[in-house]
Amino acid sequence: MQDLHDLYQEVILDHNKRPRNFGPLPDATQSAKGHNPLCGDKLTLSLKIHDGRIEKVAFEGSGCAISKASASLMTDAVKGQTIDEAAHLFDLFHQMVTTPIDQPIDEDAVGKLAVLGGVREYPARVKCASLAWHTLKAALTNTAEPAKTE
Amino acid sequence: MTPTASDTPAVPATLDVAAIRALFPALHQQVYGKPLVYLDNAATTQKPQVVIDALRHYYERDNANVHRGVHALSEKATAAFEGARKTVQRFLNARSEREIIFTRNATESINLVARAWGDSQLKADDEVLITALEHHSNIVPWQQACARTGAVLKVAPIDDAGDVVMDEFARLVSPRTKMVAVSHLSNALGTINPVEQMVALARSVGAAVLIDGSQAVYHMAVDVQALDPDFYVFTGHKVYGPTGIGVLYGREAVLNAMPPFMGGGDMISSVTFEKSEWNELPYKFEAGTPNIADAIVLAVAIEFVRSVGFEAIGTHEAALLDYGTRRLQEVPGLTLVGTAKRKASVLSFVMGDMHPHDIGTIVDREGVAIRTGHHCAQPVMDRFGIPATARASLAMYNTTDDIDALVHALGRVRQLLG
Ligand SMILES: Cc1ncc(COP(=O)(O)O)c(C=O)c1O
Repeated sequence: MQDLHDLYQEVILDHNKRPRNFGPLPDATQSAKGHNPLCGDKLTLSLKIHDGRIEKVAFEGSGCAISKASASLMTDAVKGQTIDEAAHLFDLFHQMVTTPIDQPIDEDAVGKLAVLGGVREYPARVKCASLAWHTLKAALTNTAEPAKTE
Repeated sequence: MTPTASDTPAVPATLDVAAIRALFPALHQQVYGKPLVYLDNAATTQKPQVVIDALRHYYERDNANVHRGVHALSEKATAAFEGARKTVQRFLNARSEREIIFTRNATESINLVARAWGDSQLKADDEVLITALEHHSNIVPWQQACARTGAVLKVAPIDDAGDVVMDEFARLVSPRTKMVAVSHLSNALGTINPVEQMVALARSVGAAVLIDGSQAVYHMAVDVQALDPDFYVFTGHKVYGPTGIGVLYGREAVLNAMPPFMGGGDMISSVTFEKSEWNELPYKFEAGTPNIADAIVLAVAIEFVRSVGFEAIGTHEAALLDYGTRRLQEVPGLTLVGTAKRKASVLSFVMGDMHPHDIGTIVDREGVAIRTGHHCAQPVMDRFGIPATARASLAMYNTTDDIDALVHALGRVRQLLG
């Protein structure tokens, strides 16, 4: 069971059970929906952006432990960031989950998000971890189309 | 024809499951250092050694194109290919081998009917009736046919147990109904539909009937003359055969009245630039070089299933389903989705707020292969208000040990996520 704990780390289980920034955001300036058709995960991400900065962020929806924890960790990470900073973090996250398993991930760059590096060993689950981030990207560009994980 | 109490013999046929397991090489391996427990049979079944050997034998000894050569190999391949059609005919108890068309899979079989029959028969305001427990492959082709012709898709609802509400089904059958397309056995819930009753209702208004037997044909004997649908489809890889081969049974008169599906070689009797004449059945619907090898090997798989016998298979699987139902209901927090009165093979479930995807990943590391997700039946998930289920599905080679391994693995899920 050693390796399962790489995926289901304490931090992830905690964010799954008590997701941060979970709920509606009545004064949102933009939002986007994400959907992973493979497992039925659905989430709505809402942002309040003021002067190019993410002042508030919240998400709602249903999903597996990985997608929920990832959304929760993401909202914590991007709160207070500028749009450019958040877009850069998207790139870093994307890089992390697509880094080959035999190569180390850049923990300094992604900080707390490094706990999600374990999904690299579970190819079927990478999309679960990325859903929130693709939805963020859609919300930042405010596209009407639901975000997909591919 | 379906394993009901009345046709269970007094002395139940028995199945030597250890001997059966020995015939399936893929079952005897480890994943993540644990013995493989394969419970994803509704997705596809493992293959017995005879099937694997037959595929190899065909390519080593008999490989040639069919219906075209005068040489020895072509004659051997043609004889084996047409022999396979005979085997399928006997398997379904069709009247004639002209009623057996080889396709790629069940999906292609249904698309063939929705195109060739649907486009020529459906008109604006005609109705196509399906049920709420269909696989996407028995929904989408009809939606497309309706979009092309202006016909209307009607859906008979299911109840909380996963049974089709037959009063509603009967109410939806009307003189406007031109096609009734229903699955024999639901892949998401395990429900065995009362297809006899559905066929009778369709006949009462002169509607055609298609039965999707993809999940049925490896659990129960099917007799298309007794059932009497216009079309019956199944897919080879679920009946212990290879992928890439499927079957469409169609009543000869109905097939004769249909235009071809695809054009090309084999499906014509003569071609000039002015006009082509269609070949006779079944070749009219088999354009191009068919999947010769896999058709031949499908027949080997069917002979294998017949040699075990549906009495023995039905008795074994019914007992296992009962055991699995009981054992899973003992797992704290687990809810079975799909508790129809007549069921086979499928144990779909959810566990509180633990997502099926997490359940699937964790039990996989215990060596237990199950399916998680919507099982290509999103409307079924919507009906139960859930995004997905975890699904264990049984085949002839499963044992109570397999169920115990699943229950044990679900204990690890609760440990980790509970
Ligand atoms: C009830 C049912 N119908 C149709 C299909 C489609 O089979 P295939 O994908 O082989 O065409 C399946 C299998 O997934 C099924 O379970």
